[in-house]
Amino acid sequence: MTSPYADPAETDDLGLAVDPDAPVLEVEDLRVEFATDDGPVTAVDGLSFRLHPNETLGIVGESGSGKSVTSMAILGLLPSTARVSGSIRYRGQELVGLKERQLRPLRGNKIAMVFQDALASLNPVHRVGAQIAEAISVHRSDLTGADLDARVVELLDVVGIPDPAARARQYPHEYSGGMRQRAMIAMAIANEPDVLIADEPTTALDVTIQAQVLEVMERIRDRTESSVMIITHDLGVVAGVADRVMVMYAGRTCEVADVESTFYEPAHPYTQGLLGSLPRLDSRSSDRLARIVGNPPSLLALPPGCAFHPRCPHAEVPGRCSDERPELRDLPGGHRVACHRSEEIEWRPQEAEAEGAAVHDVEEVE
Amino acid sequence: MTAPSSEPSAPPSSGPSAEPLLAVRGLVKEFPIRAGLFRRTVGAVQAVSGVSFDLHRGETLGLVGESGCGKSTTGRAVMRLIPATAGSVVFDGVDVQRAGSSALRALRRRMQIVFQDPYASLNPRMTVQAIVSEPLRIHGGWSDGGAERVRDLLDLVGLRPEHANRFPHEFSGGQRQRIGIARALALDPDLLVLDEPVSALDVSIQAGVVNLLEDIQDELGLAYLFIAHDLSVVRHISDRVGVMYLGKIVELGTADELYDQPAHPYTQALLSAVPLPDPRKQRERQRIVLEGDPPNPAHPPSGCRFRTRCWRKLELEADGVDTSACSEIDPLLSADEVGHEVACHFPKVRVMV
Repeated sequence: MTSPYADPAETDDLGLAVDPDAPVLEVEDLRVEFATDDGPVTAVDGLSFRLHPNETLGIVGESGSGKSVTSMAILGLLPSTARVSGSIRYRGQELVGLKERQLRPLRGNKIAMVFQDALASLNPVHRVGAQIAEAISVHRSDLTGADLDARVVELLDVVGIPDPAARARQYPHEYSGGMRQRAMIAMAIANEPDVLIADEPTTALDVTIQAQVLEVMERIRDRTESSVMIITHDLGVVAGVADRVMVMYAGRTCEVADVESTFYEPAHPYTQGLLGSLPRLDSRSSDRLARIVGNPPSLLALPPGCAFHPRCPHAEVPGRCSDERPELRDLPGGHRVACHRSEEIEWRPQEAEAEGAAVHDVEEVE
Repeated sequence: MTAPSSEPSAPPSSGPSAEPLLAVRGLVKEFPIRAGLFRRTVGAVQAVSGVSFDLHRGETLGLVGESGCGKSTTGRAVMRLIPATAGSVVFDGVDVQRAGSSALRALRRRMQIVFQDPYASLNPRMTVQAIVSEPLRIHGGWSDGGAERVRDLLDLVGLRPEHANRFPHEFSGGQRQRIGIARALALDPDLLVLDEPVSALDVSIQAGVVNLLEDIQDELGLAYLFIAHDLSVVRHISDRVGVMYLGKIVELGTADELYDQPAHPYTQALLSAVPLPDPRKQRERQRIVLEGDPPNPAHPPSGCRFRTRCWRKLELEADGVDTSACSEIDPLLSADEVGHEVACHFPKVRVMV
């Protein structure tokens, strides 16, 4: 099952030099389609990326960009109405098309997930300790009784829950929001997974509690040497924790680069727009925010060519931007981008909106 | 007293010396705790305990804090959407808490609220036209050029005239928030209470609504009470900012004072916890991680409410400083020590961002 994947001849999909340890997770040309009343919707369309050992990959995108669907596809948690094609390989083993029974030994063991809503993800009628114990004993039948209890308390202690022995006997409603999220993390790392997928792990939390949870996640990554995929819309969180960043828009990758290039030399106009539209905590700016005009497209009616072209300030319309879909391609320095015009665009940070008052620029309704 | 503002765009008058548009003094809001079969009142939670601030015409005051700090309750009590337990709210010389029903109606035209969730706050069965014109019909401005007014309002918030006949579900979140803003502006108010107006929106959409709010303020000279938990948005839009913790304002100053020279240990922890979208800066920063969660507001700590999580108190105690005042005396807001108002026995400016 864990035959080490080695493919030294190939260059990395994401433009990095292939390191001695092969990628833990390889996603290739992943497509996820849902049948809806209005016809099929492609939530993820031809996504490829690799997750390397002990690396933190940040996946950024707005609602509907396909970032959560991707993580559900990796874990085989999509509903049966979803049509998944392409390839997801965990240490060389193909996951797409596996039966529930075949996936179960991996899920929660080698690949684990932290969900956004800890209250909805924990069972309200069982004690927190018992739920963590279950997550362990599903995969390790040898651990029972006092040993199992000790392991649960140890895990709660690792994630910084005070008085873990007593807390293990409490129910989820007796925990605060930050503690529930930490209990979720304890459950996710219970079997020391290779891959930890965290889907908006701090979105529902207050900022001081978010800081606590992020600190726990950092500590755990250093301790377990897991590879982490952190999915979020918060660019600040990504800036703090990720080694590499993948930006998604309308089910496709716009840009993949190491974290510094992403923030200091963004090559895709969408990434540039996101960074420009953020109000800054660390500078006084009476300037207008450089917003992205329009709205994210409906997945039912994606624009032809580059899905971002109707909102892109640099698009050639009519021209290749509206006619031809840009594929992910290499830029110098391991940076990859799906844009026809990246080389021609100059990005100025904190670029103010060029047109006049947004009051009179009209919104498009889909 | 009740004369509603007649001219559509009163210029933003006044420096701080002028009479404030809104003066809140010692505002308290208690919610009863009920228990048992007969739901008897067994205690009370003070969601807001003694909040005071001024808001001038054309000014934006940001209220920030974490969930449960009382910022939304403050906004609602200011508008008397919920009755205050104690304290006074004076809007342009009129006591909001004691106004009779007709006076209150007149006041309500001049203070409007925009809610967080644009999916829940618009009636799904009403067209945009009906939603935006409803305040005009209720307050009797419909017959006098109401339809034209609706068209102007939609234009002001960046929607097209033909959008008037559509229903809320046909719009995206950002557009719905624009409809909510148009409705709030229909009666030409002097004050908008904005309760987390951009929190439910995606980043790229949020920027458009923030810009819109700033443009409208420039054009109409409104005052905003901007309630949000996102400290970056609040800094961007606010002239002055108040930080709330457990029902009290712990620090109040101009946006630059508060963000560049925070003096309260809670404000400092809050600022340090916000991740900056700048990898080098973010990884170099020192993060003050507060221990534990905010205490139960039904049983707030004695003295300073922040003392149970206060990192400075620990630092001072390690240096042998006597911090008994923290647990004995409730610190009041004072501008004596650092130049802006801070409620701490040991205020000290520390640059956090």
